[in-house]
Amino acid sequence: MIVKRDKLSFWERLYLPAVIGGFKVTLRHFFSKKVTMQYPEEKWVVPPGYRGAPYLVKDQEDRTKCVSCQLCEFICPPKAIRITPPGPGGSPEAGNVEKAPKEFEINMLRCIFCGFCQEVCPEEAIFLMKDYSLVGTTREEMIYNKEKLLALGGIHQDKIQKWKHKAEEAKEQGVPL
Amino acid sequence: MSYLTTTTICPILAATGASWGSFALWSVLKIICVVGVLLFFVAYSVLAERKISAFIQDRVGPNRVALPLIGSIPVLGPFLTRLGFWQPMVDGLKSFLKEDFTPAHVRKVYFWLAPAITMIPAFLTVAVIPFGSTLGKQRMVIADLDVGILYTFGIVSLGVYGIVLAGYAANSKYPFLGGIRSSAQMISYEISMGMSVIPVFMLVGNLNLSSVITYQSQHLYQWLVFKQPLAFVIFLVAAFAETNRLPFDMPECETELVGGYNTEYSSMKFALFFMGEYANMIASSAMMVTLFFGGWTLPWFGLDQPASTVPGGFLHIGIFIFKMLGFMVFFIWVRWMFPRFRYDQLMNLGWQRFLPLALANIVVTAIWLWLFERH
Repeated sequence: MIVKRDKLSFWERLYLPAVIGGFKVTLRHFFSKKVTMQYPEEKWVVPPGYRGAPYLVKDQEDRTKCVSCQLCEFICPPKAIRITPPGPGGSPEAGNVEKAPKEFEINMLRCIFCGFCQEVCPEEAIFLMKDYSLVGTTREEMIYNKEKLLALGGIHQDKIQKWKHKAEEAKEQGVPL
Repeated sequence: MSYLTTTTICPILAATGASWGSFALWSVLKIICVVGVLLFFVAYSVLAERKISAFIQDRVGPNRVALPLIGSIPVLGPFLTRLGFWQPMVDGLKSFLKEDFTPAHVRKVYFWLAPAITMIPAFLTVAVIPFGSTLGKQRMVIADLDVGILYTFGIVSLGVYGIVLAGYAANSKYPFLGGIRSSAQMISYEISMGMSVIPVFMLVGNLNLSSVITYQSQHLYQWLVFKQPLAFVIFLVAAFAETNRLPFDMPECETELVGGYNTEYSSMKFALFFMGEYANMIASSAMMVTLFFGGWTLPWFGLDQPASTVPGGFLHIGIFIFKMLGFMVFFIWVRWMFPRFRYDQLMNLGWQRFLPLALANIVVTAIWLWLFERH
């Protein structure tokens, strides 16, 4: 393709219009509002639906929602999740939750924040939250265990409250909790 | 030391009537002060560059470095921190502590020599520039040479060797291209630069830079920027080309040549190139102030005469530095106003525009002088 270029006038060839134009633009920007965010002090507000780090949540009754079904462990593309189920005896501190995990680890160095775990979870026990800057000084530190994940995840305002209803049902039927 | 030898070896010395001892002592003192101040300004013009660049790009620039004690002074401490006032110190420390890596394929001797050769001429040019009138009995110029400007051009033309040598010594393609470009560019623009100042000295009638200042001191219209605007424009643009500043930074040219001649350099060697560039900018700013903007004089309040008191002397130095800093800001600002020239445009501008214009300016000035100022 041949681009037709107009011949510059003498005034334009003097570079003076370019000088004045350039000076105007630079001067305007020099005094305009700065866009830099002072990162560690101010942080970026992530939009809703942002896929940050996956954490475990508890329900309003302070129960661990996870039931060790291990679907997230299986779906996880980089194999970042490792779940240790409680075994046949169950764990005594789990309350009336069927199979609360004995240990739940997410290796944040492996995690790719794809959100499959959240999507696959039948209990709505794991959510990708808004943390995007995970820091640690060792590799071990970056493997988050159950306590840490639960603490970071906090409480999920669950509308269904499955385990509360289960407990009520059990009480009605006279099953010991 | 007899009077005879003093007069024959150093007429300036004889004129002031000082002894060799005090002359040497004062000269050394002046050299130390000037080099110290120059290094200070080199460091802080890097900061100024970073800050002004940042502001023009809607950023805030370096604003983190704080000193433990000064940082806790209520208003001043945070202000200096936001200004990035301590940044040059940290930058310098970083350059020293970084690994000084010498690639295996370089030509070692030249590789080591090149940064020094770039740095030294930049500092040498300052020697002839009168940066103030008098301070006590001392004249504020290191060497008041009668061949002032010729000395400067001689030294400035050495500056290209460092860059060419760096390009050659690095023994890889981008530095080599950068070196070749800089040799052609700097030689071309040195010619325009040299030609552009000839009318200035035709008007002044003397090559001594102090007499250039004396010539300009009486009135504002005596400033040679008003008498020789064309010479000033050519000198200014050539100064940009000589100091490898944008829009003429062909030897570095990050987008095309990675880093040009300093691609293979790291740590303090790179810092020397960097400091050399800024020292060159300061030297050429000082030169422009001296040649076209009346040096340390101002045509008002009797500031055009050499100072008789010590505060007056400092005031003159302050005026000189102020004018010089104006040019430094200009140097930095222009970087964001223009895109880089294409190489053939650069050569066209130098050889086909500026050289004929400068030559014509010489002829016109000569005719003017012949017609109107013949005695």
